[in-house]
Amino acid sequence: MVIIGAGGAGLRAAIECSAAGLKTALVCKSLLGKAHTVMAEGGIAAALANVDNQDGWTTHFQDTLFGGKYLNNWKMAEFHAKESPDRVRELEQWGAVFDRTGEGKILQRAFGGHTYRRLAHVGDRTGLELIRTLQDKGIHQGIDVYMECTITRLLKDGPRACGAFGYWRETGKFVIFKAKSIILSTGGLGRCFKITSNSWEGTGDGHALGYQAGAQLLDMEFVQFHPTGMVWPPGVMGLLVTEAVRGEGGILRNNKGERFMEKYDPKRMELSTRDVVARSIYTEVKEGRGSPHGGCFLDISHRGAEYVKKKLPSMYHQFKELADVDITTGPMEVGPTCHYAMGGLKVEAATGATRVPGLFAAGECSGGMHGANRLGGNSLSDLLVFGARAGKGAADHARSAPAAKLEEAEISAAADEMTGYFSREKPENPYQLHVELQNTMQSLVGIFREDGDLKAAVEKLQEYKDRARRVGVLEGNRMFNPGWHLCRDLQNMLICSEAITRAALLRKESRGAHSRLDYPAYDEYWGSHNLLSEDRNGVMDVQPMPVVSSPDLQTLVDERKAKEKK
Amino acid sequence: MSKREFKVWRGDAAGGKFVSYPVDVEEGMVVLDAIHQIQRQQAPDLACRWNCKAAKCGSCSAEVNGKPRLMCKTRLDSLPDGEPVTVHPMRSFPIMRDLVTDVAWNYTVNRKIPPFTPKKDTQWLMQQEDVDRVQEFRKCIECFLCQNVCHVVREHDKKDHFAGPRFFVRIASLEMHPLDSLDRIPLLKKEAGLGLCNITKCCTEVCPEEIHITDNAIIPMKERVVDRYYDPVQIVIRKLTGKDKKD
Ligand SMILES: Cc1cc2nc3c(=O)[nH]c(=O)nc-3n(C[C@H](O)[C@H](O)[C@H](O)COP(=O)(O)OP(=O)(O)OC[C@H]3O[C@@H](n4cnc5c(N)ncnc54)[C@H](O)[C@@H]3O)c2cc1C
Ligand code: SF4
Ligand code: SF4
Ligand code: FES
Repeated sequence: MVIIGAGGAGLRAAIECSAAGLKTALVCKSLLGKAHTVMAEGGIAAALANVDNQDGWTTHFQDTLFGGKYLNNWKMAEFHAKESPDRVRELEQWGAVFDRTGEGKILQRAFGGHTYRRLAHVGDRTGLELIRTLQDKGIHQGIDVYMECTITRLLKDGPRACGAFGYWRETGKFVIFKAKSIILSTGGLGRCFKITSNSWEGTGDGHALGYQAGAQLLDMEFVQFHPTGMVWPPGVMGLLVTEAVRGEGGILRNNKGERFMEKYDPKRMELSTRDVVARSIYTEVKEGRGSPHGGCFLDISHRGAEYVKKKLPSMYHQFKELADVDITTGPMEVGPTCHYAMGGLKVEAATGATRVPGLFAAGECSGGMHGANRLGGNSLSDLLVFGARAGKGAADHARSAPAAKLEEAEISAAADEMTGYFSREKPENPYQLHVELQNTMQSLVGIFREDGDLKAAVEKLQEYKDRARRVGVLEGNRMFNPGWHLCRDLQNMLICSEAITRAALLRKESRGAHSRLDYPAYDEYWGSHNLLSEDRNGVMDVQPMPVVSSPDLQTLVDERKAKEKK
Repeated sequence: MSKREFKVWRGDAAGGKFVSYPVDVEEGMVVLDAIHQIQRQQAPDLACRWNCKAAKCGSCSAEVNGKPRLMCKTRLDSLPDGEPVTVHPMRSFPIMRDLVTDVAWNYTVNRKIPPFTPKKDTQWLMQQEDVDRVQEFRKCIECFLCQNVCHVVREHDKKDHFAGPRFFVRIASLEMHPLDSLDRIPLLKKEAGLGLCNITKCCTEVCPEEIHITDNAIIPMKERVVDRYYDPVQIVIRKLTGKDKKD
């Protein structure tokens, strides 16, 4: 078994596999415990009903579908809503220490789009708690962890995935993992955009590796712009301001002091779904009612200094230290930031299997669970539920799969690609190309999209792809060379960017995180279809596919739709 | 836009030296921004670790002007004007390349700490005030800055017998967990070498998470060790009951 990615999804999958008795290798680009998951702040959604006892899986399921504008894979949303409470309790049994209710149970907080107070949390460092707990559970269970090792290609034996090729960042030496099952859990792709909450790791590696190995990408047009990122100072632009600020009562205002969400969603106000809040802020700024640095104001100071410091300690420090703003006494400036990819590898709901035998995916790099827009807190629970499921699915597959053999030719092709970056005649600067890619995606494929922009972006991307063939190492050798790494990352980001742009061009409507200025309304056909991208002889092909529904869940869905109409 | 001189240590295990780079200073810039700018414009192969850029992951530890800091949290305007900013890798760990050090030792130490083991038939109820302390310890982002400054860790021959402040914090988070059933006091006394710590508090001073490493973790645990091994009453109880008792 080899698991690529040691965030919440990868770790949870690894725990499942090694518990099933399989020899499990867990590979990650950074040190263990530094994956994106560590940055998650607000909480993990699970209908534990500790605070609001009316809550249950059916409401969580309905909220998830409503948030996803009914493009979610229904079965995935069902598994997720039903199983997340157990996954959270299990974390507690492995040592996680959540904030408590008066009765001593796990405390839950309100979050956008969730009908009830549903997010189990630890102040605003829930991700750290989650990853540390899984990490400590994992290392004592005999998982082999390979840190600072980057996978650059999946290896196949005929149609089957059977290995992974990569290199050690420290030495630059190549390494090959042979496996009967492979799980991709590489996280997101936010680095395709200029303003993002994602770290350097979010380059869509799993999306691209899977795509290149023959798996399909689903819902790529849906990129979540989180409504509240920092906008100042320039160095931290995009850095996340957790939704927990609004969950704890934070109020959004424009430069006239108006609480503008009254205009856009009077019912849910600040706790409307992320797509709505992000667009509202964007519109306020565009129409000249923004804050000095091009955002709007978010104020939590009315909750009192004591409370804010206790419930949002890292936000308090983040603003104090990085922006010289004291959020206990005044508002912070915030604006939308590219945050999360709803789109990802198409998988089977129960097992996380892609269509490539032996290849599985879980976490942010898989698609289907969140539809057109993810609710806050539904990612951490997704990681656990589908991490565990993919772990089991991959373990079952590994047990019955015959031994595979690695192809010599594939291995040398993978090696040639990586050494090739050192032998370019006049190398293209990878940093420069990255900046251009980010600018293009940000300005042409951002929060609001339209036909002309998207077509221009497709053309630009074609140019970047040509240039990406010429990127190379400008200086240094193979040891811990970030420039070399970026050459490879760019190839992944370009595949993701192309899939996002092509799908966005096809979806001629506005829904969830995808807003078209030229098609501002919902469209019935698109309301029941996802878009699927796959590689056909080196050309990206994007096709619609009906949403994966399930007759046993129809009543729940109809019930919620009727309620929203009222 | 003003300029500032950066002296960044470049090299590997075989040796290295400070190299000067001019950096364009923007408002509100942190040291990590400067390193990224150098990478983008002047030294594309400059090696450094980072992830969150928000003091949440503990990747970007280095010594800035000789002081152990998170680069993503160190504002340029907090450093003395008119002199170059020096950036050096952490000194207690072997150098891999440039600002990247080999911190594998920390992961080895962690593996030796017996994990959380709940009491039988626990109801999973805990009061907030009983977990406040544990939560303080669990804030640790594993930046290893405390390990870096601790003089015991710096004396390399002691590394095999000393867990270091980061792991005293970790052991404390387990020992003070209201529902844990294991006893790690013998571990603290022996393998973890808690006795080698002479409470200089250097670790607490550098902790970016402001964990009270010495006051809240080390000292209370030193007391537990003393109670266990040197308190005659406890020794008698242990002899009578025939087992190590956990408070
Ligand atoms: C600032 C922030 C706050 C958030 N807050 C919340 C929240 O409160 N609640 C919530 O539910 N969600 C939240 N999210 C979203 C959530 O944290 C992420 O979606 C989730 O952590 C992704 O987890 P993952 O396991 O899929 O991948 P990640 O945690 O991103 O891990 C990816 C792993 O893959 C490895 N990897 C990637 N590429 C390769 C490669 N080529 N070779 C080898 N290894 C590779 C990386 O090293 C890493 O270990 C937040 C996200 C951010 C950025
Ligand atoms: S107080 Fe103890 S652990 Fe901390 S730095 Fe000093 S000797 Fe090391
Ligand atoms: S205890 Fe503090 S200084 Fe030490 S590793 Fe943890 S966060 Fe860093
Ligand atoms: S980059 Fe995460 S702590 Fe500095």
